[in-house]
Amino acid sequence: MDALELARWQFGITTVYHFFLVPLTIGLSVLVAIMQTAWVRTGNPKWLRMTRFFGKLLMINFALGVATGIVQEFQFGMNWSEYSRYVGDVFGAPLAMEALAAFFLESTFLGLWIFGWDRLPKRIHLACVWLFSIGTVVSAYFIIAANSWMQHPVGAVYNPETGRAEMTDIGAVLTNPTTLVAFPHVIAAAFLVAGTVVAGIAGAWLVKTQREASVKRTPAAVDADRSLYRTALRFGAVTMLVSGLAVIGTGDAQGQALVEDQPMKMAATEGICDAGSGVGFTIIALPTFSDDCDAMTHVIEVPKLASFLFTHDVEGEIRGVNDLQAEYEDLYGPGDYSPNVPVVFWSFRLMIGLGAGSAALALAALWLTRKERNPSQSWFGRLALWVIPTPFIAASFGWIFTEMGRQPWVVYPDLTGTDRVGLQTMFGVSDGVTAGEVLTSMIAFTIVYLVLGVFWYRLMHRYAAEGAPEVGSEPTGDPSDRPLSFAY
Amino acid sequence: MELAVVWFILIAVLWTGYFVLEGFDFGVGMLLRIAAKNDSERRVAINTIGPVWDGNEVWLLTAGGATFAAFPEWYATLFSGFYLSLLLILLALIVRAVSIEYRSKINEPAWRRRWDWAIIVTAWVPSILWGVAFANIVRGVPIDATGTYTGGFFTLLNPFALLGGLVTLSLFLTHGAIFLSLKTNGALRERASLLAKVFSSISVMVASAWAVWAEIAYSVTWTWTVVIAAAIGLLITRLLTEVGRFGWAFLTNTLVISAIVVLIFGSLYPDVMPSTTDPAYSLTIHNASSTDYTLRVMTWVAAFLTPVVVAYQAWTYWVFRRRLRVEDLPAHHEPTFRRG
Repeated sequence: MDALELARWQFGITTVYHFFLVPLTIGLSVLVAIMQTAWVRTGNPKWLRMTRFFGKLLMINFALGVATGIVQEFQFGMNWSEYSRYVGDVFGAPLAMEALAAFFLESTFLGLWIFGWDRLPKRIHLACVWLFSIGTVVSAYFIIAANSWMQHPVGAVYNPETGRAEMTDIGAVLTNPTTLVAFPHVIAAAFLVAGTVVAGIAGAWLVKTQREASVKRTPAAVDADRSLYRTALRFGAVTMLVSGLAVIGTGDAQGQALVEDQPMKMAATEGICDAGSGVGFTIIALPTFSDDCDAMTHVIEVPKLASFLFTHDVEGEIRGVNDLQAEYEDLYGPGDYSPNVPVVFWSFRLMIGLGAGSAALALAALWLTRKERNPSQSWFGRLALWVIPTPFIAASFGWIFTEMGRQPWVVYPDLTGTDRVGLQTMFGVSDGVTAGEVLTSMIAFTIVYLVLGVFWYRLMHRYAAEGAPEVGSEPTGDPSDRPLSFAY
Repeated sequence: MELAVVWFILIAVLWTGYFVLEGFDFGVGMLLRIAAKNDSERRVAINTIGPVWDGNEVWLLTAGGATFAAFPEWYATLFSGFYLSLLLILLALIVRAVSIEYRSKINEPAWRRRWDWAIIVTAWVPSILWGVAFANIVRGVPIDATGTYTGGFFTLLNPFALLGGLVTLSLFLTHGAIFLSLKTNGALRERASLLAKVFSSISVMVASAWAVWAEIAYSVTWTWTVVIAAAIGLLITRLLTEVGRFGWAFLTNTLVISAIVVLIFGSLYPDVMPSTTDPAYSLTIHNASSTDYTLRVMTWVAAFLTPVVVAYQAWTYWVFRRRLRVEDLPAHHEPTFRRG
């Protein structure tokens, strides 16, 4: 493998890993803030216990998410220096804004939140968790604005003198139509992930409190636990349903935009090689090791569905990979302009299929907890735990789909624009960096990430299995007279 | 003033913020087994930086982001050129963030010992390497006509740069020891105070020597004032640790670290990365910068947000201004480690 291929693998590994953790941080930070708000407003200790229980999981997850995010910030310079030179004038701005507006906010107020229990006045402490969660969402906005610019470069022109893209309109960059559909989609997915984690863990615990008579705990304590987990389960399930619908709606909006902006990605998604109208949606195709479109064999197909999904018209016209290849050759000269079709095709289906899997848990949870009932079926406890990974994996495939689908471009040219800003991935890789160096860093990151991932899982599992912690009585007196809190 | 100059100064400010703030975090990390002698003391030490270390590290991310936005060529050449050194720093920062957060999550000696060592190693590595990296920038590195770094990893390991590594190392050790003296009590505080005296003595020699070398070999006349200020600051810090005025010592050591950053950036200006291959290939604030439009946008953003950030970070330090006492440590409520 050459430096280009290794750099691409490294970016894929580190980014998918990072973004495996991020949706949970974004969604759960808001859900925990809501839990704490409910506690401050009602004074009901079950909300406080819930806040501390899921807050602990949030912190364990946040630490690894932040740590792996550091690499993202520097990787562009290390492995993709030519890309950085080409895009820096435009792409650097949202990254710098993200650091100034979001990173400071989230890390400073997370520190205040973790260490501020019993020290800050209740409402100020509550404000801290909200500022932290707002920070995570704002961070997502800027990074998606940056990514959307790579998908659909607006607000910039190509300057042949400097050989780079130059920003002409920051407003256009930050309100890129691609951002406006991608951001709600990613945020909705983040809530689906967090809702699933809350509902999954609470569901398993609720079944456990129903089935196992605890010898160590009083009946009143068991009742309190049951009430807590029931509330958390329903809270998580409602979050899942609402966000699941939002994921579908925003995903549909993205599909429409894709037809306009990136027809090649769309054609690859459906494995459509040649143009047609009333095109069917292929659910299953035979696996193939070739990345050639024509090598795919479609097995199960729903007639006209692809046309309907992407054009909202059952007879809608869709251009195929081969047609677009010819068009692009006319525009950009000879070359291969199609992405790896099977990867794009399958990652799209895995995203949808796995994402839909979590709906089963949400519906089962709401049905089994209707009218004051509590589930005691052991299958439900198992389902609740087994469903947890599915939205994580779905979100990862969503990114693999959208990033692989834009290849061979790292900055996908705006086909309708006149400025022709665009850069192929192979021209973005660092000039002075050898394949050996990239390989070294790839191996190092992969090993460190694997080891840290094991500890992450152990701690998440350990703390989830401990259950919601008991909370003591609130301390009295002036909070600022108390000794500093020890959170570590 | 020209906007490229404004951003050159702003990036210097961001690095100053990073080295001053993360400097004592690193110092506390490096001293974890030297100043603190048992688990309780180590917990106290880690909790002194607990509420703030994560926010401190964002100064680095902002410096990186600001360099990307304002000087894309500098960002591209620096990070692709210093590839392996940066890799080591990044690996250290990743492991460090997780270590601090995970260390006390399980109440088991082996678990904690392992993370303690991780915290220590991942504080030493960047404390040395940042100095090495910046000394190399001051000294100049081989850069060709396309702005690509043409040296290797070992090009960076020259005497001037290695001494630069010792500068950041000794300053951060001093900074951490002073911080622990300010924030803890009892035996831990006594050990930290003693270490502050030792490390500030070392800082006086190492940092002064390097600053004079940098000044004579690579800098311009006006930075002599900075060198002299740094030398005086170093001596005063040493004296203040002797008489136990750690609040003032922390302030003067902060000024010393700032002076070193001013010296670095002052010697560079108007270059951002001098080329030893041919001065004509040097990256300067002019040929490495973004367009005027981008700089203008970013200037507005920075002008609005920086004061807000500084205000709430300062408030955090106010909230957590007290000493941490070993006897206030709560009993462990973390789950003990169960295998399987």
